[in-house]
Amino acid sequence: MTEPSPIMSGKRGLIMGVANDRSIAWGIAKAVAAQGAELAFTFQGEALQKRVEPLAAQLGSNLVLPCDVTDDASVTKTFETIREKWGKLDFLVHAIAYSDKEELKGKYVNTSRDNFLKTLDISCYSFTRIAKEAAELMTDGGSLVTLSYYGAERVMPHYNVMGVAKAALEASIRYLAADLGGDNIRVNGLSAGPMKTLAASGIGDFRYILKWNQYNSPLRRNVTLEDVGGAGMYLLSDLSGGVTGEVHHVDCGYNIVGMKAVDAPDISTV
Amino acid sequence: MSDVAASVKKIVVEHLGVDEAKVVDSASFIDDLGADSLDTVELVMAFEEEFGVEIPDDAAEKILTVKDAISFIEESSK
Repeated sequence: MTEPSPIMSGKRGLIMGVANDRSIAWGIAKAVAAQGAELAFTFQGEALQKRVEPLAAQLGSNLVLPCDVTDDASVTKTFETIREKWGKLDFLVHAIAYSDKEELKGKYVNTSRDNFLKTLDISCYSFTRIAKEAAELMTDGGSLVTLSYYGAERVMPHYNVMGVAKAALEASIRYLAADLGGDNIRVNGLSAGPMKTLAASGIGDFRYILKWNQYNSPLRRNVTLEDVGGAGMYLLSDLSGGVTGEVHHVDCGYNIVGMKAVDAPDISTV
Repeated sequence: MSDVAASVKKIVVEHLGVDEAKVVDSASFIDDLGADSLDTVELVMAFEEEFGVEIPDDAAEKILTVKDAISFIEESSK
């Protein structure tokens, strides 16, 4: 009997939004590469370029492209390069969001119009724009995954306008899934529990959120990069062939909980 | 040099990829060691992990030099 080929062998995917080796997108990239996928990465700005290039090299990728999702010409150019190099695309990870740090503390009601628009543009619209470009290259079908958080569904302290943007992103997932399903392109979200990423460092009192989840999630721990990597690999692979328009919680079960666990310590101050 | 100081310097050398000789107490992460704004956040996260301390945002903003980091960590692990 011959060895079965790895789950992602022969597939090529674009990973958008790795910042460093704690990034959720990096966890997913490692998991799909371990299953034989070939990868390209994008970065925005020099500070991220110098972080992404060595990580991409670790997974044998030298296709590391600039992409500013607020600039249509930049997005078009990224996908033109993918078309030139690969001709087609099988999967894509969108792990991009932005909001003014000053508005990720205090009250949502104080959100400024400028930051609201910028947050929704980068954190939500960018996925729609990218999905359109990616779909044109997914001539044999494909899978798109974006990242969300439970703050889209329920109110989380300090998550504020990012929660509103993630709610819009989750609605986008459903509309894109319906639009692209006819071409056998699946669109799903991965709603990860809180993780100590660079992006999370911008959220006020993040330590409190981590502790609360650790004490109150059914698994009594926080998620790991391996947890999100495995779930991301499933959503990007043919294993999830019948799944689209879904937001998959990878949060140690936190989203099913109704109130504080009886045995959870009082952590009014941490 | 205290254990904390030695560990802080080791983390800085590894993270920023700078020569050990440059990582003196008075060295500023940004001005002397070439750190960018993401490096400073990543260094704080690395210190928190290594020493099991919590460095709140307002304290992190005041950690500008190697010495600042060592002092904060020594104070908070007392």
